[in-house]
Amino acid sequence: MAVPKTNTDILTGNEAMAVGAKLCRVQVVAAYPITPQSQVTENLSQFVESGKLKAQYITVESEHSALSVCIGASTVGARAFTATSANGLAYMCELIHWAAGARLPIVMGCVNRAMAAPWSVLNDQQDSMSQRDAGWIQIYARNNQEIIDTLIQAYRIAEQLYVPVMVCYDGYILSHTVMPVNVPSQKDVDKFLPAYVPHTILKTADPRNINQVTLADPRNDATGVLCHGYMELRYLLAEAFQKAPDVIRRVDEEYGKTFRRCWGGMTWAYRDEDAEVLLTAAGSIASEATVAVDALRAQGVKAGVRAVRVYRPFPAKELAEHMNRAKLVCVFDKSLSYGYQGPICADVKAALYASAERPAVHGFVAGLGGRDVKARELVEAVKQSVADYDRGVTDKETGWINCQI
Amino acid sequence: MSTRKCKHISAMASPSVGEAGKTGQWRTSRPVVDQSKCTAAKGRNCYLCSDFCPEGVIPRETPIAIDLTYCKGCGICCEECPAGAITMEPENTGSGDDTPPAGGE
Repeated sequence: MAVPKTNTDILTGNEAMAVGAKLCRVQVVAAYPITPQSQVTENLSQFVESGKLKAQYITVESEHSALSVCIGASTVGARAFTATSANGLAYMCELIHWAAGARLPIVMGCVNRAMAAPWSVLNDQQDSMSQRDAGWIQIYARNNQEIIDTLIQAYRIAEQLYVPVMVCYDGYILSHTVMPVNVPSQKDVDKFLPAYVPHTILKTADPRNINQVTLADPRNDATGVLCHGYMELRYLLAEAFQKAPDVIRRVDEEYGKTFRRCWGGMTWAYRDEDAEVLLTAAGSIASEATVAVDALRAQGVKAGVRAVRVYRPFPAKELAEHMNRAKLVCVFDKSLSYGYQGPICADVKAALYASAERPAVHGFVAGLGGRDVKARELVEAVKQSVADYDRGVTDKETGWINCQI
Repeated sequence: MSTRKCKHISAMASPSVGEAGKTGQWRTSRPVVDQSKCTAAKGRNCYLCSDFCPEGVIPRETPIAIDLTYCKGCGICCEECPAGAITMEPENTGSGDDTPPAGGE
């Protein structure tokens, strides 16, 4: 009997990202190795060196230069890719804002790692969360299959909106863990992802100053054209983010038609239909929450997951619609806005503000600097929260899961 | 005022002199050329001031004439001149009306 042909490989998250970039036929790769992202750059340089990927691999001395190279390449019409983690992302910071303001559809893999000091090469999400206001779309993958699928979707989204996209996934937990990954065929990816057309074609016969100094108000250029001022251009970026949720949902649906896999668009859920308590998080910790939900259900707690897949734009309306049916939402952040709360928790609360009937929201910080987060710890936190809620506690201080101080 | 509005989603304009306004207004000191010391004025090929000028406001012509409408007064020409022919002199200090505007027109 013939064995059915499959294209399922056993891949780490980093390999899934590199294979995904190859399938997207990226034309310029510029990345600087940093743990836990290094394997992405290693694989891509091998693909380029062996001729499997026809791209320019530009070696750089820093992440600042890596993203600068991608900005130049994307400006002149090349599909550009980079990847980094933690301090590398911080070193890119100036160019992260630049890529967004210049409306360049660069896609970056952000392998989430804790920010120094103290040094840690292990996972949390402080790095990308700290860049949330830079004007990049941020998507958090929950497993290695979602990494490769999201990367392919990311170029469609970015190139339609002219907004850069960060595909975030947890360091080590996903980046260095092998899982079966269905690798799409090149033919299907080519069909799904048309060639990149830049928003402006630069020609030597018609030279342009790009991203020149703008002053406070719009001004005429030398040919008498009234050019946008800074504020107008930033409004247009904000407007692209208004359109983004629909684009992201549609791209995910179309992806499903071709590849038989959808990831929920902006958010995803697990056993949430009749849930009284919802667990919310982004990335692999949200996967862990599904295990916690099974345990909670076994103990008689009607729990479910409503996870954030896309963090910017924030799925405020979608979350409000689903959360208003619950009595309690427990948010697990792998980062913290120091002096306030976990960023997802604060955003969830804001999203619920307009609802007349809204659940209580309890926030937790978990898994900083690679501290393992176990499903049973989530179960205990939720059970305590339910007990507090039943005693009438609707708001409480941010809880620190398994912090041994 | 033009009725033609740009449709770009990023900052973009046709290049022209003075794109960023009259940047000469930023200057706090001005380069002054002593033509009697200038190497180019003596008929030799020098023009290092022109080569090093980051603003492109020194044409490769003699006598050396710096376009003070757009010279920001950085002093690089003065630093690079091998003949010491360029000095930087303060702009109208103390007159009360010499505060450089923030950024041209």
